Amino acid sequence: MSEFLQQLLNGLSLGAIYALIALGYTMVYGVLRFINFAHSDVFMVGAYLGYYLGKLVPPGTLWGGLFVLFAAMIGCAGLGMLIERLAYRPLRGAATLNVLITAIGVSLLLEYSGQRFFGAAPRVFPPIFPERNFQLGALIISTNQLVVIGVAVLLMLGLQFIVYRTKIGTAMRAVSQNPKAAQLVGVNNDVVISFTFGLGSALAAAGGILYALNYPSIDPLMGVMPGLKAFVAAVLGGIGNIPGAALGGLILGTVETFIGGSQWSTYKDAIAFAILIIILLFRPAGLLGRFTAEKV
Amino acid sequence: MPIARSSALLAGFAAALALTSCAPKKDTIRIGEFASLTGKEAAFGQSSHKGTLLAIEELNAAGGILGKSLELITEDNQSKAGESATIVKKLISRDKIVALLGEVASSRSLEAAPICQAAKIPQVSPSSTNPAVTETGDYIFRVCFIDPFQGVVMAKFAKDTLKVRKVAVLTSVSSAYSVGLAKYFKERFVADGGVIAVEQKYSEGDKDFKAQLTAIKASGIDGIFLPGYYTEAALVCKQAKDLGLTVPVFGGDGWEAPQLVEIGGAAVEGSYYSTHYSPENRSPAVTTFLAKFKQRWKNEVPDAMAALGYDSAMVLADAMKRAGTTEGAKVRDALAATKGYVGITGTTTLDASRNANKAAVVITVKNGQFKFVESVAP
Repeated sequence: MSEFLQQLLNGLSLGAIYALIALGYTMVYGVLRFINFAHSDVFMVGAYLGYYLGKLVPPGTLWGGLFVLFAAMIGCAGLGMLIERLAYRPLRGAATLNVLITAIGVSLLLEYSGQRFFGAAPRVFPPIFPERNFQLGALIISTNQLVVIGVAVLLMLGLQFIVYRTKIGTAMRAVSQNPKAAQLVGVNNDVVISFTFGLGSALAAAGGILYALNYPSIDPLMGVMPGLKAFVAAVLGGIGNIPGAALGGLILGTVETFIGGSQWSTYKDAIAFAILIIILLFRPAGLLGRFTAEKV
Repeated sequence: MPIARSSALLAGFAAALALTSCAPKKDTIRIGEFASLTGKEAAFGQSSHKGTLLAIEELNAAGGILGKSLELITEDNQSKAGESATIVKKLISRDKIVALLGEVASSRSLEAAPICQAAKIPQVSPSSTNPAVTETGDYIFRVCFIDPFQGVVMAKFAKDTLKVRKVAVLTSVSSAYSVGLAKYFKERFVADGGVIAVEQKYSEGDKDFKAQLTAIKASGIDGIFLPGYYTEAALVCKQAKDLGLTVPVFGGDGWEAPQLVEIGGAAVEGSYYSTHYSPENRSPAVTTFLAKFKQRWKNEVPDAMAALGYDSAMVLADAMKRAGTTEGAKVRDALAATKGYVGITGTTTLDASRNANKAAVVITVKNGQFKFVESVAP
């Protein structure tokens, strides 16, 4: 039983990180209907920003950790908006395939400039938050796991607030439902799209720092695998659906952890992805997604 | 792009190609080296390369061999699967190397071996310990011990020194080295009356091991054998500690890199691994090597990969001298006849399977330093 609870905790903290990254994929898909493949590399840049900023603050303090977290989020929000402005906006209105290929290009650009500027060798991420282990019966809870789950829940609540309770959030939903109609009622689509990229990238940066805190070895290609899994989580939950992305991330992280702890650990990715295929066979629009016929 | 500009660009490109692909100079002996200079196992490639380069520079300072100076051509495989085959083909076909040195990781040596065998270019691996590497063919050699021996060393060490009876084995399924070493360890440990309580697996590049470690913890073991490379080893130790696992963790020579301590921090304290040499050895050969290495590489203390990188180049040069030529088949025969060559990591005698039989040392991490524990003769 205690092993089950421990695995559940491990799975939830991994899933919370997937969920944070998945939110970025799903929000961009919601407003622009394309998959931003560069998102997983913004996640990597977030971890590196955390690495450099982490050296400026005293290690293992709460305020230092939060400062690094927020500074990296702001930095990556800027990067996300810059990518959108330079790479995607000129292609607005072009075929989706063109934008998709541009996204892959931006992703590779970030990965390999990362190798050039940060170096290809893995680096050790500094412990920016205080670290301690708590014992709860047979259950061991590390502060890192608590930070991951806590920060992820807070950010998701904040996102929910922005999307449903603020003016810009309403505009985001309007653009997502019908960009032309939104423009007609006075929404500035460019600002909304830019904001969406900034918000998604900030969440990716938070994900990057939380990931690096738990697995303190970072390299310029670190985003590839978590990015792929977060993308899968977004599809699993229903792409374009915000609570769906969070749910998909948690499910994927938990399934992966339980299989990883069983005798089939070699096949953990294969089994996790097989589950995805099965769910999509029965619910093609994802768990929380609604299937809508393509408007012609 | 306008056509005029693109054709000008093409012409420039062709000119650049023509410049770089000049024929090999006649007065040098070209030796190829492929190493993981960047990427996940960069520490291995960097160390090994520094040792190899030091040896080549020393040989050249002493007048080269066969009246010619040596030229080391190094290529980086970025620690990636698939890259080694490409760069080794390039080294052989374009750079016209006469022999190849490398790699540290067995999986990557195994990529290059069939290519060297087919091209009849002798390959000397400094520190790949999986037996399959030299089994590829009679042109493939190594200057280190092999995993059947290393597995026995750690099985005995676990039983006699650590006094553990029930261990967990955590293997990287995508590394030939890890799978092989785990197998030999298990065979010996079970034969000696030990119990393998649980076996868990991961893949190269994984970062989350909490699932496997939670299962390991639940099985109530008193030690963890972790045959893998340093990045994963450090992360495993760290996460084991996070989960409250306090049993000793021990592994093989894949652990040896400063990053083990950098990433693992306090979590790797008191863990053990077997390797090829210790800089604490006070033999004259090691002492001179230490001094030369520190002088050449900014006071860096050479680890086992550096020492084996040095030895691999020296053993190859020795064989070329004895062969009196750089012709592949003759160098191969001379390498196969290597007997009693005294190097930094002990005496190299290549057996019928083209492997060296050398002593292993066991190292522990103490106060962030690698400390010698014991030496085990073959």
